[in-house]
Amino acid sequence: MSEEQIKNLEEQFEARIARDEKIEPKDWMPEKYRQTHIRQISQHAHSEIVGMLPEGNWITRAPSLRRKVALLAKVQDEAGHGLYLYSACETLGISRDELYEQLHSGKAKYSSIFNYPTVTWADIGAIGWLVDGAAIINQVPLCSTSFGPYARAMVRVCKEESFHQRQGYEIMLKLCNGTPEQKEMAQDALNRWWWPSLMMLGPTDDMSVHTEQSMKWKLKRKTNDELRQQFIDQTVPQADILGLTIPDSDLKWNEERQSYDFGEIDWDEFWQVVKGHGPMNNARMKARVGAWERGEWVRDAAMAHAEKQQERKNKQVV
Amino acid sequence: MKNKNLYNYILGIADNSLILGQRLGELCGHGPSLETDIACTNMSLDLLGQVRSYYQYAAKIAEDGRTEDDIAMLRKEREYFNVLLVEQPNTDFGYTMARQFLFDVYHFLMLTELEKSTDLNLSAIAKKSIKEVSYHKRFSSDWIKRLGDGTEESHSRIQTAINDLWTYTDELFHQTEADKVMVAEGVGVDVTKLKDAYYEEVNAILEEATLSVPESKYFQKGGKQGIHTEHMGYLLADLQYMQRTYPNMEW
Repeated sequence: MSEEQIKNLEEQFEARIARDEKIEPKDWMPEKYRQTHIRQISQHAHSEIVGMLPEGNWITRAPSLRRKVALLAKVQDEAGHGLYLYSACETLGISRDELYEQLHSGKAKYSSIFNYPTVTWADIGAIGWLVDGAAIINQVPLCSTSFGPYARAMVRVCKEESFHQRQGYEIMLKLCNGTPEQKEMAQDALNRWWWPSLMMLGPTDDMSVHTEQSMKWKLKRKTNDELRQQFIDQTVPQADILGLTIPDSDLKWNEERQSYDFGEIDWDEFWQVVKGHGPMNNARMKARVGAWERGEWVRDAAMAHAEKQQERKNKQVV
Repeated sequence: MKNKNLYNYILGIADNSLILGQRLGELCGHGPSLETDIACTNMSLDLLGQVRSYYQYAAKIAEDGRTEDDIAMLRKEREYFNVLLVEQPNTDFGYTMARQFLFDVYHFLMLTELEKSTDLNLSAIAKKSIKEVSYHKRFSSDWIKRLGDGTEESHSRIQTAINDLWTYTDELFHQTEADKVMVAEGVGVDVTKLKDAYYEEVNAILEEATLSVPESKYFQKGGKQGIHTEHMGYLLADLQYMQRTYPNMEW
């Protein structure tokens, strides 16, 4: 294909996106579009899978049967999200095994929030309320992103995430209406998860490298700073209802902006965790790689059995 | 308590599902593949859902103000009546599937009879559960066949797991005092009558999986009387952690 032809295709491609048409896996797409989407969708899928670990940590210790069942269902939803996000990613011409390999080798990233430990039951509430809350703000715009399989997966993901968020908030509410000890547990969880949740919305706009291109391809509709402000404005009144204090002495309502002003985020901590040195990075990767390695003989057996079955079938036909 | 036998009978059934559900819950996020991970979580969810119905009913019979959670999480180890089989650890995926399979075949047979119980609550729970358990049985049987037939390594691992867990199968068919009374009243299932059908079905699947049926005639028992293996205390330490650390609170 000549350069001119490619340029022509690219122009038509961008025009389709501008007209809000969906790009489907078999459509022509620029290589950069393909790579960007593999990166983002797989990162999202990996986050779902690694995200099962901190919450899974409380399944055996959930305080009541009702909570245990709800938590199991939630973590199972996340596995399901992982499954269809991997499938969406595979339509771009990469296998699930390759994607796992990228995760296990550290080449692919996942959301840094899951590199923090869940140390009390209240953390399960805080994750639902704050982490899923921030995730929804990040993800709702993706329901209308340009790549069809991703957009469709996100419609379902967002529905379930919004249920998880309500469930998390309800855990917090119960704690805050409980004994002083329970309320203290809730406040402690908020103290620890607040800042990492703000970091989930990504680096500040001047530090963000992918924003412009992502906007054009509708992988992004608002900038990180806009999303963060939206999250804060939405969450502060929820904390008020709980009777909890946001751990930010600079937080105050700005009448003029009709938004909350807030304190400085510790970006050194953010980069430390992104670069692999958070409290749980090592443990999370060991858990994932360990599960994969321990499962190898099982996956091999399933493959061998399927092949043998096929051979037996073929022989019967002959 | 007016009907201590019925109460104990319900616990005998429910505790199996609770402890097995708890064991499966340990695996969430650590399975050999995403699909098996989801399936194990799903079985755990089914079992714990069933458990809630049983304990809610037991709490009603107990009439002493205890809730389903009190019954599930605040008994002493000696007061849990589950069979030893279900408390065995997730040594590897082979053990997890072998434990599941050896329990599922029994569970399905038992529920099929429980559905005919004159106790309408138990019959209704059985009716709902049996659909779920029929899926569990299909899933675990398929894995027994896959692992038996798959590779040399998988064959050897699943055979070892079956051999090790075999010793816990006979207990499934022991009758407790509560069992005997409940059978006489038409409420309970006579588990002694399930034994032949159980081994027939289990042996047929093992054979299909090219596995040998263990020949040992020595069996372990005690779970139904609350005498458990050394694994049980650790399992309960997890299960009861919150209720013990923060007593009398709502969650």
